[in-house]
Amino acid sequence: MAKINTAEELEKLKEEYRQKDEEWDCVINFCGGTACQGSGAQKVLNALKNKLADIEDNMDIELRVTGCHGFCEQGPLAVIQPQDLLYVNITEDDVEQIIEKTVLNNEEIEDLFYNEAEKEDKIKSDKEIPFYKNQERIVFENNGVIDATSVEDYIAEGGYSALSRALSEFTPREVIEEVKESGLKGRGGAGFPAGVKWEICYDREADLKYIICNAYEGDLGRSLLEGNPHLIIEGMIIGGYAIGASRGFIYVRTEYPIAVDHTHRALDQARELGFLGEDIFGSGFDFDLEVRRGAGAFVAGEETALMHSIEGKRGMPTQRPPFPAERGLWGNPTNINNVETWANVPYIINRGAEWFSSIGTENSTGTKVFSLVGKINNTGLIEVPMGITLREIIFDIGGGIPEGKEFKAVQTGGPSGGCIPAELLDLEVDFEKLEEANSMMGSGGMVVMDEDTCMVDVAKYFMQFLEDESCGKCPPCRVGVPKMLEILDRITNGNGGPEDLEKLADLGDTVKNSSLCGLGQTAANPVLSTLEHFKNEYEEHINDKACQALVCEDLLYYNIIEEECRSCDQCKQACPVDTIVGTPGEDPYYIVDEGCIRCGSCIEACPFDAIEMKPGQKEN
Amino acid sequence: MDFKKVDEIIARHRGKAEEKIPPLIPILQDIQDEYGWLPEQAFVKTSRQLDIPLVNLYGVATFYNEFRLKPIGNYHISVCMGTACHVQGAPRILSELERKLEIADGEITPDEKYSLETSSCFGCCAIAPAIMVNGEYHGKMDKKKVDELLENIEQEKEDEKVKQNG
Repeated sequence: MAKINTAEELEKLKEEYRQKDEEWDCVINFCGGTACQGSGAQKVLNALKNKLADIEDNMDIELRVTGCHGFCEQGPLAVIQPQDLLYVNITEDDVEQIIEKTVLNNEEIEDLFYNEAEKEDKIKSDKEIPFYKNQERIVFENNGVIDATSVEDYIAEGGYSALSRALSEFTPREVIEEVKESGLKGRGGAGFPAGVKWEICYDREADLKYIICNAYEGDLGRSLLEGNPHLIIEGMIIGGYAIGASRGFIYVRTEYPIAVDHTHRALDQARELGFLGEDIFGSGFDFDLEVRRGAGAFVAGEETALMHSIEGKRGMPTQRPPFPAERGLWGNPTNINNVETWANVPYIINRGAEWFSSIGTENSTGTKVFSLVGKINNTGLIEVPMGITLREIIFDIGGGIPEGKEFKAVQTGGPSGGCIPAELLDLEVDFEKLEEANSMMGSGGMVVMDEDTCMVDVAKYFMQFLEDESCGKCPPCRVGVPKMLEILDRITNGNGGPEDLEKLADLGDTVKNSSLCGLGQTAANPVLSTLEHFKNEYEEHINDKACQALVCEDLLYYNIIEEECRSCDQCKQACPVDTIVGTPGEDPYYIVDEGCIRCGSCIEACPFDAIEMKPGQKEN
Repeated sequence: MDFKKVDEIIARHRGKAEEKIPPLIPILQDIQDEYGWLPEQAFVKTSRQLDIPLVNLYGVATFYNEFRLKPIGNYHISVCMGTACHVQGAPRILSELERKLEIADGEITPDEKYSLETSSCFGCCAIAPAIMVNGEYHGKMDKKKVDELLENIEQEKEDEKVKQNG
């Protein structure tokens, strides 16, 4: 591919790729996202390739492996064009008929349509499905229709036109103004206005400035980099132009091998076409990007720690100020934004600040991507306008809680966030409202919890995680978090006392108010927010020594229901620790609680549903 | 063990680094990709070549979860312990694996066939709980699927033996 120097050349290339795209008789947009891989997509894909290689037909069929479609619950999945059919839960055995019936003979296969939970109707097009219908997809728009490894696909959808526009029609200052006016806030954590941050960096005089994309985050960053890496790269080049940076890094988690691979490939393609390198679009602007794999440290997502990690040191945060925009990477002014923030930039340049700020709420403009997971029917990645209510997200898009269970809470903002209870389901989701509810946007995790989730256990889980991940630099976090965990351990072991709740709240306040970095300052949130909204569960654990959600192993026991037991011996054979007593055909069996490890093998083995878990401690 | 690769890796990074010092973490990552872990010899070599004190190297390597100072087994199983996986029962998946393989998180079986570790998030939260075996994702795990998976691996190994002998 030759270097592109002008907007006209780019436009010509786009038309060329578009035309090529229209010539296909059939396109199979097959989801190649990580979650689908985990559901066996590779086998299906291989079968599709083999089958397509076998057929001799004069049809032009394109099998396109796209980024994540978002509807991970239903994977492996594919959208077939021009019929616009969404097939879900595809297995190897379905491949034959997909090709024979749908691709070659234009027939629909009803069995592969999406079936909404607990409803009869089958839906054939993704546009009709509540999960997609209630979303507003901007940064995710192209994820399911382009092949992430093909720069042609990205250009055909108008890719790099925002870069071309920014370089030819905007001064760096004007780019910053546009982003400021759009109201775009950083999507990675506290929601600092992106344009303001850029301006601080722009105003610093330095020979060398850096741009960083913080892709050390969960599901969302992964799926965007995996499915549409050029979008993030384009956003970063525009950002680099605006603040006057000449180099940049994409700091991505090493646990996301597909995202790492796709980003590497995209950078090579961008260099080949001249979008990276020297004199981009003939503007005299030089810029290049590099991938750095984050080596697994939660705290390295904190911006000062992230920079130390790129510098080859331990990822420990340092005091701010100086802020990275003043003194960042190797002492140079550095601007850090996360994946989703960068992904919005090309759209703001192309469609304008006014368009962007017309979406969302007054103080939180645009859309937000969420990873909707946990105890919910439609798990997956969604993009919604800011200001949508939690109820709409969880029940309209997410399809509610499986098995008719009761919604208990939604945890937002990752380990630094908090749990929001059912009373606040009508909360309009934006940066401010989430903070008022003692949670945060974070990078957009939403973990739904139902009646079977124990909130004390959830708090304990986060404290365990944060204890592991605390870098150990400042005492409030290093000492405070383990002490909080100690108390939680005590409570979930059945050894908690009434004074423990006050101690937890006290310690939490200290950790919150005196830790050095954002991780430490928010480390107590999981405890403080569950204490606020679910104090009764803590009290049950302490006073009744019972875990009603049947999660905390020391506050529940396994019981064989005498009337149901047929003394068949199956449970005894399944028990790995020989703690079930009985003789086949004689009296009902019983479990000696002392030896029981709560592994659940007996419940699975019992053919008569005669074994149950009960809250509380067994009286021997 | 042959440590020539370590020299090659360092030389490759030295070639492209624009900063004065070659990037340490990518070098350690590449060494681990090559050997599956960070052997002591590789540390010593890296320390001498980059002129970074061994103690600093060790500090970096032990700070990040990714780096292993112990070898991995032929079948390396990683269990996701992220939030979504946790609420969907990841702890039970881990204890089932620990019980079946008779090793704890971070250990390797004496015959070096299996090793087990936990990860903070695979980023495929929608198919929680998830585990990874030699880089391949397995979603919506339960105890039964864990048992099946281990049986399949054993079967695979049997098949390979037959192939080699026959």
